[in-house]
Amino acid sequence: MKEDKSSHAYWNATLGLLTKILIVWFAVSFGAGILFVDVLNNIKLGGYPLGFWFAHQGSIYIFIALIFYYAKKMGDIDRQFDVHED
Amino acid sequence: MELQTTIYIFVGLSFALYLGIAVWARAGSTSEFYAAGGSVHPITNGMATAADWMSAASFISMAGLIANMGYGGGLFLMGWTGGYVLLAMLLAPYLRKFGKFTVPQFIGDRFYSKSASTIAVMCLLVASLTYIIGQMTGVGIAFARFLGVSSDTGIYVGMAIVFAYAVFGGMKGITYTQVAQYIVLILAYTVPAVFISLQLAGNPFPQLGLGGTYTGTDMSLLAKLDQVVTDLGFGKYTTQLPGSTLNMFMYTMSLMIGTAGLPHVIMRFFTVPSVKDARSSAGWALIFIAILYTTAPAVGAMAKLNLHATVNTAVKAGGDLYAPEASIKNEDRPDWMKRWEKTGLLKFTDKNGDGRIQYYNDKTKNEVAKGKAEAAGWKGNELDVNADIIVLANPEIALLPNWVIALVAAGGLAAALSTAAGLLMAISSAVSHDLIKGVFNPNISEKNELLAGKVSMAVAIVVAGYLGLNPPGFAAGTVALAFGIAASSLFPAIMMGIFSKKMNKEGAMAGMLAGLFFTLFYVFAHKGVFFIKGTEYLGLIGGANSFFGITPEAIGAVGALVNFAVAFLVDKVTKEPPEHIQAMVEAVRIPRGSKTVTGAH
Repeated sequence: MKEDKSSHAYWNATLGLLTKILIVWFAVSFGAGILFVDVLNNIKLGGYPLGFWFAHQGSIYIFIALIFYYAKKMGDIDRQFDVHED
Repeated sequence: MELQTTIYIFVGLSFALYLGIAVWARAGSTSEFYAAGGSVHPITNGMATAADWMSAASFISMAGLIANMGYGGGLFLMGWTGGYVLLAMLLAPYLRKFGKFTVPQFIGDRFYSKSASTIAVMCLLVASLTYIIGQMTGVGIAFARFLGVSSDTGIYVGMAIVFAYAVFGGMKGITYTQVAQYIVLILAYTVPAVFISLQLAGNPFPQLGLGGTYTGTDMSLLAKLDQVVTDLGFGKYTTQLPGSTLNMFMYTMSLMIGTAGLPHVIMRFFTVPSVKDARSSAGWALIFIAILYTTAPAVGAMAKLNLHATVNTAVKAGGDLYAPEASIKNEDRPDWMKRWEKTGLLKFTDKNGDGRIQYYNDKTKNEVAKGKAEAAGWKGNELDVNADIIVLANPEIALLPNWVIALVAAGGLAAALSTAAGLLMAISSAVSHDLIKGVFNPNISEKNELLAGKVSMAVAIVVAGYLGLNPPGFAAGTVALAFGIAASSLFPAIMMGIFSKKMNKEGAMAGMLAGLFFTLFYVFAHKGVFFIKGTEYLGLIGGANSFFGITPEAIGAVGALVNFAVAFLVDKVTKEPPEHIQAMVEAVRIPRGSKTVTGAH
């Protein structure tokens, strides 16, 4: 089967990546840091209750990782569909 | 050396550095003036973005807010960083590919309408102006405290400095000065934090120290803090909520969306050479921001514990916090308290006349704490501490050497000046590029446009300085408004412009206006029409926070939803955008063919 290289397929691949990342983005901040904070606080990370740690520290570290993961994966998708910059 | 002399030397050296950069980076073309010629390395740009973003509020106020709000303070930490994920993925690379200087220009071209662009200019001006007033007052306060000049003189000096490098250097001058300012402010923030973390938890990394053991006890630092503050009737540090879980959720969301929609942040991504660089630059910006933002919760919590330990000896020694001899005698209070009393930001009133400082929450709903305080003969809280002194007084509380205090002074000024310059750039480009060139005089020559840019920047500095000298008395409400506007009008419009090919001008304009008016309506109900005191109309909306208990600071997220909903409804009943606009959206979505940013229409 020939690989679909159309701009439509490129955009779908992009949206797929964005959706995945936004799920993680939401899960660590709004999920672990706010909605499920009380449950997670029963677990300890050193002296930190885990939910509190997500709200005050963890989310930020994961945000950074998410952006670099996105930048790398987008680069891969660009090359795969041959739309990268020279 | 005298503390005052050391401060003069540190601040003077940092100013000389900024001015030196300004001379080196003079802007000769509109491309250099608006977008630094599109040639800034992504790491350099990330550092400049971080300085641009971290204002006097982040530097001076945030740790103090966290100290008071405890867990709830996390909404600032997550909100002001999480927005970068949205910015990096949803806006920055596409706006960079679009390749123009300003946000209103994108909105105007994408929605093929001068009116849409003018609405965007209006939103941008209101958001940026309200934001900049706070920066100028911040400059004034920092000068007044550290240089011993009046706050007014401080603002004049600040205006002159920003004028020198922003007007002559444009975006290029601003970018490279911001890099220098970032280095100054981050050292100023982390150096005292490292010392304090070592003192309190024996760990040089504040991020780890906060999760460590409180030196001299066998308890973890946070558990100790929880115990002390609940015992004294305050909310439990690691769980206290700002209102409700829903409010915390919406507040965080508003700050995230607002961050991604603030024009002075977005326009930083026009200065990098390629789409690829725009993506990674947001990541670099967040790394540089995170160094301060992950330190802040440690600074807040440790300063709070330090303060309690200073006035109540039972915190450290264990035992009864309510024992009469546990509270320190007023005459034994440390020197730094005496120094800050002079500024009026720290105040002791001996309500029960025993000569000792009782610091607790006298409005507590905790019956046990209330009972203990009454039994001990306490007649009310006797120490008022302004949250803003937490960072500035931190090195003094920890008895650090003079050069650290001087460094903090230079850092606070760097934070305020860098953000002010970035905002001025956003304002000036909106006026000269989007209004003068875009609407009134499209045939203006590049030379005259550059001149118009410099003149509008100069005017903006004078207006901002005037507002800083005569603050309209709504400083606290303004930041909420800036974020609310960015979240409810600009962010959804840009996002729909990229992610919906069929979104038309009617939908986008209706959405922006609906989001904007909804947000303004709710904020003004609480804070007065245009913040004029006495014009609040809470009765009309059924009391304070009547919308599901959401505070006006958190309403931007709801405004954004209103914007999206209205835009899609109007879009459905009006005709779809012309073919060439849909083709333009297609082109913006792919990186290939990106060019240096230009002003051409």
